[in-house]
Parts: sequence; C-alpha cells; structure tokens
Amino acid sequence: MSLLITNGLVVDPAQGLEEVLDLLVEDNLVAALKPPGTISREGRQVVEAQGLIVAPGLVDMHVHLREPGEEYKETIETGTLAAARGGFSAVACMPNTRPVNDNAAVTRFILEQASRRGFARVYPVGAISQGLLGEKLSEYGELKDGGCVALSDDGRPVMNAMLMRRALEYARTFDLLVISHTEDLNLRGDGVMHEGEVSVRLGLKGIPAAAEEVMVYRDLALAALTGARLHIAHVSTAGAVELIRRAKAAGLPVSCETAPHYFTLTDMAVCGQAEDALVNPVFDANAKVNPPLRTSRDVAALKEGLRDGTIDAIASDHAPHSVLEKDVEFGAAAFGLIGLETSLGLSLKLVHERVLTLSQLVARMSTQPARILGIPGGTLAPGSPADITLIDLNREWTVDVRTFASKSKNCPFDGWRLRGKAVMTILGGKIVSR
Amino acid sequence: MQLRSKDLLGIAPLSPEEIQLILDTAASLKEISARPIKKVPTLRGRTVVTLFYEPSTRTRMSFEIAAKRLSADTVNLTVSASSAVKGETLADTAHNLEAMSPDVLIIRHQASGAPHYLARKLKCGVINAGDGLHEHPTQALLDMLTVRELKGTLAGLKVAIIGDIAHSRVARSNIHGFTKMGSEVVVAGPGTMLPPYLETLGAKVVRSLTEAVTGADVIMMLRLQLERMGQMYLSTLREYSTRFGLNLRHLELAKEDVIVMHPGPLNRGVEISPEVADGPWSVILEQVANGVAVRMAVLLLLIGGERA
Repeated sequence: MSLLITNGLVVDPAQGLEEVLDLLVEDNLVAALKPPGTISREGRQVVEAQGLIVAPGLVDMHVHLREPGEEYKETIETGTLAAARGGFSAVACMPNTRPVNDNAAVTRFILEQASRRGFARVYPVGAISQGLLGEKLSEYGELKDGGCVALSDDGRPVMNAMLMRRALEYARTFDLLVISHTEDLNLRGDGVMHEGEVSVRLGLKGIPAAAEEVMVYRDLALAALTGARLHIAHVSTAGAVELIRRAKAAGLPVSCETAPHYFTLTDMAVCGQAEDALVNPVFDANAKVNPPLRTSRDVAALKEGLRDGTIDAIASDHAPHSVLEKDVEFGAAAFGLIGLETSLGLSLKLVHERVLTLSQLVARMSTQPARILGIPGGTLAPGSPADITLIDLNREWTVDVRTFASKSKNCPFDGWRLRGKAVMTILGGKIVSR
Repeated sequence: MQLRSKDLLGIAPLSPEEIQLILDTAASLKEISARPIKKVPTLRGRTVVTLFYEPSTRTRMSFEIAAKRLSADTVNLTVSASSAVKGETLADTAHNLEAMSPDVLIIRHQASGAPHYLARKLKCGVINAGDGLHEHPTQALLDMLTVRELKGTLAGLKVAIIGDIAHSRVARSNIHGFTKMGSEVVVAGPGTMLPPYLETLGAKVVRSLTEAVTGADVIMMLRLQLERMGQMYLSTLREYSTRFGLNLRHLELAKEDVIVMHPGPLNRGVEISPEVADGPWSVILEQVANGVAVRMAVLLLLIGGERA
C-alpha cells in the first residue's frame, strides 16, 4: 500500500531541504518528494500535513531499554512504544542489561524481541569489556556480526587507560564506534550531585565537573593516539564542550551528544522547582542523574555547543527506574531519568528560543545520530526507509507521566508545559504512533 | 506568633523572627528544669517518636528528656533494633510509625534530605535531629541560645567555626543561624575540609586557625571524625592537632570574654586541648543544658498548639 503525506514542511538536512512538499511512500521506502498537488491521491492513504513538519524519523542514540533482566522498569516493547510516542523511529540501546550485552546471544535476543514487539528500530550497543567489568575486551567481531552498531560500557567508565586504548584499537578492526562514558570514578567518589553552590548548601557530596573533563581529555588523547572513532556520551560541562571543540578543530574523528535535561535544568532542580526551593529543598530524586545536572554556565555552553556543531547529537539517555529505586531518600536513589517522551518537546525549546534552526534540530536528532552510528535513516531522500516523524511545532501540551508509555515514571518534567510535539511517527511506511 | 511549618527541617528555612521565637520560648522554659519536680503537663497525651539511624546518645536523650518534662509520651526506635536491618525502606518504617498516631517524629539519618523526604510523606510533624552532612537545626538553636545568654545578643558578634566544615551539619546550621541573627561567621580548617563555594552560605573562609580566632567572641570547635584519616583528607593526626587544635595560646588572640563551644563528643588533645576544654571560657556543659530547653521549645511550638 502507498501513503501520501501532503503539504507538510519537509525538513531534511541531509538533502539541504526545507520546503513544502508532498511525500510519497511506497514499499516501505520514500518513493518521491514532489511539489504539492503533483502526486495523485488516487488509491493512496493520504495524511494531511499542512502546518506540520515532516522530518526523517528521529534517532535516539542513547537509551536503556532494561530488557533482558529488569523488565519491571522497562521492556523493549514499552521502551520502543515510548520512543514512537516521542517521535523516534530508531533507538540505540546500551548494554548494561542483565545479562550484559557482551555477547552475540544477548544481542540476538534483543533484536528478536524488537522485531516481534518493537515499535521502533532497535540498534544494540555491545559492551566494551566483558561483563562491563573493565578488565577484558568483549568479542567485538561476534558482537558486530550479531547486530551491534557500537561499543560502550555506558553507566561505567573504562577506568583502565590501557584497556581503553586496546578497545579503541580493537574496535577499529571491525569499524565499530566506541562510545565513552567519561567519568573518573575516583574523583566522583561517593558524590550524588554536581559539586557546587547547591551541593554545599544541601550537604550532599559533589561530583565535580573535573570528574568528567579529565576523562574526556584522556579519551581524546587516546583517540588521537589510535586514530579510532570516538563518541563521547552525555556531555554535561562547559569544559568538556571546549575540549571537544578543540579536538574537532585539530581534526580528530570525534563526535558527542548531550541530553535535553543537561541543557534544560541545573543543579537547582535537586532542590525542586518552587520559588523558595533553595531554602526549602525537596531533594528531588528524579533530578538525580549521572553525569549530574550542572550550572547555568554549563547550560549556556551546551547550547552554544549545539548551535556551533561541536555537539553533534541530542540523545535522551532514557534511564527508566521504578519507584523502588527512586521513591527513597536522595542518597539511596538510583541515578537516571526517562526522556524518550519529553526529548523532542524540550529540544524544540531551543528552536523557539532561536538557539537552533529547525534544520539544525533535525540534524541533531536524526541525521547526525544515524550517520554517527552508520545506520539507515536520518534522511527522506528517495530510496530511504520510510521512517518519518510529523511534528507540530506549536502544539502546547502538559507533561503527564501517568500517560507515558514507558513503564517508569522517573521524570523531573512532570507537569511542565511544553510547546511542540511529535503528532505522528511512521516506521517503514506504517503509522506506529499518532 | 507561631512557626510557619509543621516541621523543623533546618535553620535555612527559618526567618530571624522564628529563630527569635524559639530562643525566647526556650529561655522561658529553662526554669522548669531547675524545679524540684521537673515536669509540666503541657504536652500530656501527645506522643513523640524518635527514629535514629545513626548512633547518638546526647541528642536522642536530650529530646527524650525535653519531651518528658513536657509530659509527652516518648517512644524510641534505633536502627539496630528496628526493621531497617530487615530491609524495610525508610518510607515504610515511617508510615508504620505514623499509623500509631504520633504527633511528631524526630529523625536522625545518614542521608542528607531524609527528614525532608519523610516530611513530604507524613501528616505528623518531623524534626530533623541531624541529616547526613546537611543540617542539625536543634544543635544550632542551642548554640545560639547559649551565646545569647552569655553575650546578651547575637548581633555584631564574631563567631569562628574551626575544623571539618565539609562533613559538618552542625557547621552548616550554625552558619545559617548566626548569619541570620547578625553575627559574622568565619570558618577555618584544612583545605580538604573546606568545600568549594562555602562562602556562598554567608561565611568568611580563612586558611589559618589564628586568623579565624583573632578578635573572636565565640570559638566553636568541631569534632574531628577520626575515620577521615583514612580518606585522604588529612596527613597525620599530629599535624592536624598542631595546626587546627585549639590551645591556650590561641585564646589570647580572641576577645577577652571569648567563649569556647564544642558540639561534643570531644576528642581531647586533637581539636581541643584539655586546658581549654576545662577552662572558665568553656561553655560545653551549658550547651548540653540548653539543648533540653531548646528541644522543649521546639516540641511546644510544633505540637503544643491547635495545630496538633
């Protein structure tokens, strides 16, 4: 069956396209992009998209789907439905499941679940080290053949610099991207939030910006040494942005991502969002995330990094946790928050604030993550998979975690008013969310 | 006038007027403890529960004596004897206690913010008896009461707080309290124990003990937690006591009528020399006595009125 999307503003940075066009889908692929009214409607399912943005399906290159092992927090089914609701047609899932995705059997299980129950394409990320223990390399060749698109020990850094060097060298053999969780565990200590004015006041142990930055520098040095492709996950500090900016200027094959919470919230969110939160802090466990929410100076630097292209991608680091991990005292709460269903709405604030153009936003949320991972999609060029997201830029809505598809509700944005939303997600020519 | 909140979670949320109210109330209640029969019926029929997840003798006992002098019934739950060791969550424990209808829950917990977490969940009042590194409001109140009694005022005083500021909830609460009441607070300690951004709390941060105590009206020595020795905060105990231990020589730099305070328990010969601890400037035992009065005042103000 064929599908015709009419009169939408097609935004496709890969083709340098931003104009009102009709888009024809045939056989699960984008078949044509033509001026409005020039493609016959006859016998076709028509989606009227006047006033909407027609973007290549969004790609979230950093999520935790929790399956196998922690299905009470999320499953591949609920996680990908959350993705589809949020406008994402593809996600890359991190390997810190139980068992760890450090072998092709787990990779194949994830892909099988995704093909049976998924609402989005799932691209597994394999473990850098066996069991995420930071001691021995995983079988990268097996992982690649099994379907992994990248390697990461996300959730933990590779503390041993020699192992990281070997990982980069070995990954090159199979042309696999290494995604680094940059954090020095010794400097982090038992910190639970950003080290700064707020942590001092709350008597919570701090995680200094330096804990991230020294590791970013180390990994950039190792990328230079090995010539391997490196991607820095969840960049959160001004210093890290500057280090990556310089590395790119020096020609290193490095890319990076940040998450909406890092350019939307500051460490003040731990106190809560009331006006007197600093003196009447609520110690909000949903604002506990690693790396931690930083300062307004870091927020400004992240926005500038997104604007000037230092930061290639926006990824949610969707990290579902149940009330068991979150409805406890702050120090005992798990790190992480969910993001698939708020990522686009929060990122569109950057368009409304004129930090990013529409085209830049689509590049950061679709084109570039697809290119970095080397996966299909990220463009609407004829012949591409018909993964399409329709966005209403001005739709106002209220974040309500009770309506989320995700099994977990650990979201610090509950109750926020946002402007802009995915109104339809199409996966391989099939409408999966509307 | 009454307190605005059903809880006492810290000094930071209090206004100077509220602090004044608690201190005035405490001053008026002190006399009860001097009577032959140290008991008034004010809180008869009220139930006070203490829930302590950290060892404490004096704070818990001080709260208990305060409650009993006001005729409240007290129940004490300490962590080793409770369900916490069986894996029960803090919230479940608190909900179970609340089901027995206490009027106020006094909690000490190793996690900063634990009392705040409970205060949001419980209908009864919550008093913070020390949360992690965050606040210990009744300690600061008793310190302020002690200073006010001896100096007549809190305004315009120089208060030096010395030691491990980073890990001290007593220091945080006192910085908030004394600065709100018009004192100047100067802190000193080894660099490892002075966290960055400390000055944003309103304290002046200096490097040396001598600089901090010069011209001071009040010197408050913090207890050095000896387990910090193994955590890269300190070189040797000897160097700490040489550089940051208070001795008679330092007192000559302070105001003539300086008073020396310590929240206890003391490490004699480490942060304070025995001569200083036992000298006429030492008000350590007055602090303990005022602890009972301040806690009586807090209980009275939180559960003595119609609110309860």
